Amino acid sequence: MLVENKNLIQGETGLWEVVIGLEVHAQIASKSKLFSGSSTNFGADPNTQVSFLDAGMPGMLPVINSFCIDQAIATGLGIHGTINRFSVFDRKNYFYADLPTGYQISQFHYPIVSGGYLDIDLQEGRTKRIHITRLHLEQDAGKSIHDLHPHYSYIDLNRAGIALMEIVSEPEMCSSAEAMAYVKKLRSVLRYLGSCDGNMEQGSLRVDANISLRRPGEELGTRAEIKNVNSIRFLGQALEYEIYRQLSILESGQEIVQETRLFDPGKGETRSMRTKENAHDYRYFPDPDLKPLILSSERIHHIRSQMPELPDAKKARFEGEYGLNDYDAHILVAEKEIADYYEKVVSFGKNHDKKQAAKLVANWLTGEVFAAMNRDNLTIHQVPFLPEHLAELVDLIMDGTISGKIAKDVFVQMWQTLKSPRQLVNDLGLQQISDVSFLEATVEKILKEHPDKVASYKAGKIQLFGFFVGLVMKELQGKANPTVVNEILKNKL
Amino acid sequence: MTKLTCLTLSEAQKGLRAKHFSAVELTQAFIQRMAEKRDLNAYITETPDHALKQANVSDQLLAKGEGRLLEGLPLGIKDLFCTRGIRTTAGSKILGNFLPPYESTVTDNLLKAGAVFLGKTNMDEFAMGSANVTSAFGPSINPWRSDTAPAKKLVPGGSSGGSAAAVAGHLALAATASDTGGSIRQPAAFCGLVGIKPTYGLCSRWGMVAFASSLDQAGPLTHTVLDAALMLKVMASYDPKDATSRQLDIPDYPTNLTPGVKGLRVGIAQEYSENLSPASQTLLQQGIDWLTQAGATIETISLKTTSYALPTYYILAPAEASSNLARYDGVRYGLQGEGKSLDELYENTRRLGFGEEVRRRILIGTYVLSAGYYDAYYLKAQKVRQLIASDFQDAFKKVDFLLTPTTPGGAFGVDERPSDPVTMYLNDIFTVTVNLAGLPAISIPAGFTDDGLPLGLQLIGPALSEQRLLNAAAVIEEAAAFRQSKKVQQLGENYVG
Repeated sequence: MLVENKNLIQGETGLWEVVIGLEVHAQIASKSKLFSGSSTNFGADPNTQVSFLDAGMPGMLPVINSFCIDQAIATGLGIHGTINRFSVFDRKNYFYADLPTGYQISQFHYPIVSGGYLDIDLQEGRTKRIHITRLHLEQDAGKSIHDLHPHYSYIDLNRAGIALMEIVSEPEMCSSAEAMAYVKKLRSVLRYLGSCDGNMEQGSLRVDANISLRRPGEELGTRAEIKNVNSIRFLGQALEYEIYRQLSILESGQEIVQETRLFDPGKGETRSMRTKENAHDYRYFPDPDLKPLILSSERIHHIRSQMPELPDAKKARFEGEYGLNDYDAHILVAEKEIADYYEKVVSFGKNHDKKQAAKLVANWLTGEVFAAMNRDNLTIHQVPFLPEHLAELVDLIMDGTISGKIAKDVFVQMWQTLKSPRQLVNDLGLQQISDVSFLEATVEKILKEHPDKVASYKAGKIQLFGFFVGLVMKELQGKANPTVVNEILKNKL
Repeated sequence: MTKLTCLTLSEAQKGLRAKHFSAVELTQAFIQRMAEKRDLNAYITETPDHALKQANVSDQLLAKGEGRLLEGLPLGIKDLFCTRGIRTTAGSKILGNFLPPYESTVTDNLLKAGAVFLGKTNMDEFAMGSANVTSAFGPSINPWRSDTAPAKKLVPGGSSGGSAAAVAGHLALAATASDTGGSIRQPAAFCGLVGIKPTYGLCSRWGMVAFASSLDQAGPLTHTVLDAALMLKVMASYDPKDATSRQLDIPDYPTNLTPGVKGLRVGIAQEYSENLSPASQTLLQQGIDWLTQAGATIETISLKTTSYALPTYYILAPAEASSNLARYDGVRYGLQGEGKSLDELYENTRRLGFGEEVRRRILIGTYVLSAGYYDAYYLKAQKVRQLIASDFQDAFKKVDFLLTPTTPGGAFGVDERPSDPVTMYLNDIFTVTVNLAGLPAISIPAGFTDDGLPLGLQLIGPALSEQRLLNAAAVIEEAAAFRQSKKVQQLGENYVG
């Protein structure tokens, strides 16, 4: 369901509309850099992954890494963009100590991808389509470290020349929640494609946010750009702060200064970094060392044919094939690893009621498994039991061998002992008791022991029914089949 | 017997193979000559020990009959080509102490063919100049002197002035050079040498200090057309490390060299025949006669965009240079100025490190790329460049190559150099068009000014027509008999001054 969400803010002087556009820098998951053969491993010793080209040595020339081009094409297709058969690498000229050549190779006039969109997932199953202006390729700069020495700065060029995709959205988001949902969705798509690992802590995914306020329906207001936000949570905080800051300025009748701001996560505020007057004139021009990038339709078709199923398509399939509700499907497809794990578990299930089994697996995965993963800080790959075992646990519930309650105990044992649930059930004697005559005998025994309660029940205190069920369960260490017990109790009472 | 230093490259090649002399003897002869002729300031860095070591290896290979194409032949290398472990300055203070940890593709090709490197030749700073007077290491001097003022020191042309002076003065058998707007052909014309600027992309630019990437092209400066063919065969190669390199098999230019223009159509462009000095006018007519006698037909054509070429060049080349030279910032290598802040470091490094002409072109380039001026200058110049290229394309539908003077006149005095940069830029008026269109062109020494200084004729061909140009150049070479002139003979033995 696509909705028009204006999300207006009520100020003292009237209504305000927030307008947010995002530029996301996604590092391409490539072993080597965009124009040199240097390694891209994160965390290597400073300046150990630097070629003569990366260091801006005289006479060194860039040669395009075609793997990176393929990743950009796949990403362009993943965001429903148009892959341009002709694109051009430009030089963006500025001086800085961590930019060895004095220019960054980027794409300005002719990007590799134009247009596109993402449907972002909002609360209560709502979605909103955010259009994407473009995706272009560019080199990363090196890293300057200013706080290691009182008088000197240190430069690490390991990052210099690493391939980035800059993905620019239209200014169509109108709340921090939408901006966060956009980044989440984009990261999910990138991870599905494998074109970027989406690791924000390591800087593989960085967000620049352009934000302005305006009166509803009026021209766009003056914007501020918040640079280099490296977590989705910080993005939300930075935007919230910025909305509050701009609102206060506008409400007091002052004007917003167009500037670049930085978010300080420690203080939870943004602060000015560079105003428009000090903005660079980048003097873009086509890099004469590189010919225009011409892509054949065969290459694009081939990449399209190799594309994995993306989150939106997978979610729709999960809803149809497994009968999952919107919420569960959304949670399961957000990360490809989770979705894959889910499908693996479902595929191991032996019960003939596939849909029921799939729903139960979804419940267990999003419930017990996620909770335990969070508790132990594990990823889905680190879960200590096999997917087969989770499937078996669900099978055991569905064929009545154990109750859902007992299954939770078995699950705890599975997590700790790595044994299969069937083995655990056998070892611990946890099989559910459904034998009617045996259960009848137990029920009669319990009723005999509590004649006063039986009398009260019969006198109309029907809430006591649960009390009897509890006693029966306790007597049989929770192994009694609750459905059968309920039936017997009703008859006996 | 002819002095060893007076041999041409191919003569020396034969002599070595015939064991008339050794590579060490040949190299020593040049090292001695270099020491005697330091007043030419042809070399920025001499590498005699290195050269003798290489010559020794060559002698061993030659003795075993395993000599490669340029085995043991001593060359001068323009100081624009990065040479591993050998100082490479590009004629600039800012790279005054730069030792490249890598070998350029062109020099690597030469080394793999057995060539001996005598040293790094002088050049205009970052190849920006037409007289070799912008070098941070002082001007190089033309070995030629005029008849009327023999005491006057003349420029060898530029930017490959040191290479031209070295070859003309017999301080190397041949030399590498580079041509962004005429930097091979103009010095060739001023120094009585053959110089070929190949099709853009024929020689790899990898490891060659960049001036204007879309125009820079390496080529040789030699005594003869055959020598040029030999050098070009080795220097040219497809190089996957250069994205603008041409993917093709390099023809065997020297083996295929057969002087001849029979049946070919030669174009004379009106725009290149105007305002010539009487000597250049006579020489052009002479060239027409020689080619006609050899069986070519002459057609007058028009290249209407010619007058826009120089301004176009002086927008595009500085634009690219301003960006290419941004890397010389004192942070990682080369000269480093003092500075308390990063901006101060940049300013002091670049003020100290760059000469006036380089600074001028960086400023011009920065200006034409600036917001608000980009469309009016850079973009318009790019469009004109397209028109110039298509002008040539149209011309080559009618003719097989063009014949023009290489320069408006002969070499001028070192102290006579124009103070006004635009007058200096006019030196390139017949040569820049070719770079803008990416075409090959060759300059052949063909005659003399009234003062007895060399003049060159230029042949321009369509892309990858190097063999055709060499074959036609050989016709002019034979007819002009330039090398047989008494003046050339004298130059090798004992130049005046």
